[in-house]
Amino acid sequence: MTAEWRPSASRKALLARAAMLAALRDFFAGAGVLEVETPIASRCAGSDPALDSLVTRWHWGSDSAGQPLYLHTSPEFPMKRLVAAGVGPIYQICKVFRDGERGRLHHPEFSLLEWYRPGWDYQRLMDEVAAVVRVVLGRPDLPTERVTYRRLFSERLGIDPWTAGCDDLRVRAAALGIPDAAALDLDRDGWLDLLLTHCLQGQLGCGRLTFLCDYPPSQAALARLRQDEVEVAERFELYLEGVELANGFQELTDAAAQRARLQSDLETRCLQGRVTPPIDTAFLAALAAGMPETSGVALGLDRLLMAVLNVRQIDAVLAFPVERA
Amino acid sequence: MASYSTSEFKSGLKIMLDGDPYNIVENEFVKPGKGQAFSRVRVRNLKTGRTVEKTFKSGDTVEAADVHDTDMQYLYNDGEQWHFMDPASFEQMTADATIVGDTAKWIKDNDICNVTLWNGLPLAVEPPNFVVLKIIDTDPGLKGDTSGGGGKPATLETGAVVRVPLFVQSGELIRVDTRIGEYVSRAKE
Repeated sequence: MTAEWRPSASRKALLARAAMLAALRDFFAGAGVLEVETPIASRCAGSDPALDSLVTRWHWGSDSAGQPLYLHTSPEFPMKRLVAAGVGPIYQICKVFRDGERGRLHHPEFSLLEWYRPGWDYQRLMDEVAAVVRVVLGRPDLPTERVTYRRLFSERLGIDPWTAGCDDLRVRAAALGIPDAAALDLDRDGWLDLLLTHCLQGQLGCGRLTFLCDYPPSQAALARLRQDEVEVAERFELYLEGVELANGFQELTDAAAQRARLQSDLETRCLQGRVTPPIDTAFLAALAAGMPETSGVALGLDRLLMAVLNVRQIDAVLAFPVERA
Repeated sequence: MASYSTSEFKSGLKIMLDGDPYNIVENEFVKPGKGQAFSRVRVRNLKTGRTVEKTFKSGDTVEAADVHDTDMQYLYNDGEQWHFMDPASFEQMTADATIVGDTAKWIKDNDICNVTLWNGLPLAVEPPNFVVLKIIDTDPGLKGDTSGGGGKPATLETGAVVRVPLFVQSGELIRVDTRIGEYVSRAKE
């Protein structure tokens, strides 16, 4: 058997990627946002229980085994350190890495556009995300909508995701025809993720940019909390034609609250028997030193390119998927 | 017992579910950026042929099914059982009507069939894609009609009935595509 050496992306897709990158850099140059680079390999890693880092080793100094370096799952911690250092609005286009992910929309390394807007709230950032996506798609009139997580679940499924218990969610999932729903062993957020991915996501962003916003506090990740009728996390995700394109936060800037969340994430990982990388103390120190109120967002460029080209497989926009890499 | 994690799922993988062997037809990895990952899988029950959908949490494991395909020579039918032989080891096996199913109407002695084994025993038998069989009964066609348009039913030596062109007669050999059950051409001995 001869090894497959040809790219899986068409020439058209390769050209479209270059055009997308040029359009993005042009957009941010015009908006006065500075392009930066931060480390791909770090001594610390994110603690998000939903993400696993690829790990390599650095051989230097007396320890012949070398020390672990974690490939970033997103550049958020060092970029926030730059924001805390007063660099102003910044963006980065980089490869990020996630272990254990592969599918029609997933690849273990992918291209991320991440940017931070000190002094902006997440509502204003959503406007800018829409503007960026419209430019890349070449569809200046593409409509947008915003729907809260709570309204989506209550209107479409008749569920209040703030109050429904695991058993309620299990019964609803089974009634909605999700195979094996009765037998799955999930926590509350797992049930919500199941309903979102199997029953709701496919209809989000039909012919428009749909921002799903204000998540349950248990899914705050690195977003600030706000007290409304219920407590909500000021977090949003962008969907286009059923595909998740971006995730953004009104950033949590409180160092003590952030430390507590990281600790809690690590305890969750420990209970699940997963790797517990060291906490990024430099990131916490940056928050403690005083990070301005900031909103930030990460946008998956491979999926955006899929939308540009109207293709269904991420492999169609990658020169060499991991199986050929 | 061997098992597979969801990250090993791909089409063609044979797994055990509720005591039956299944073939994975399609596997989709589903994961919110910051949430629980799932595998949405379509699987086919290798005993019944029925296809169903299943949902797995990423990281779940399932038992592997000891299922593989092998070429075996069909020897004879004793009235109840079909007898097959491994042409390499000369080991013989039998399969009953529930396993042989529709394949019975295409095969005759010495044909090489694809036999799916589960735990070493036949689970399904597929005929060769093309077989040559003799017509034992068909209406004589009209004289001079060689167009083949329309066709007529013909009963073959194995009992199968296929449509053949009008010019093909009883006693002739024909080549049949067993996957669609259709006449392909006349054949020689």
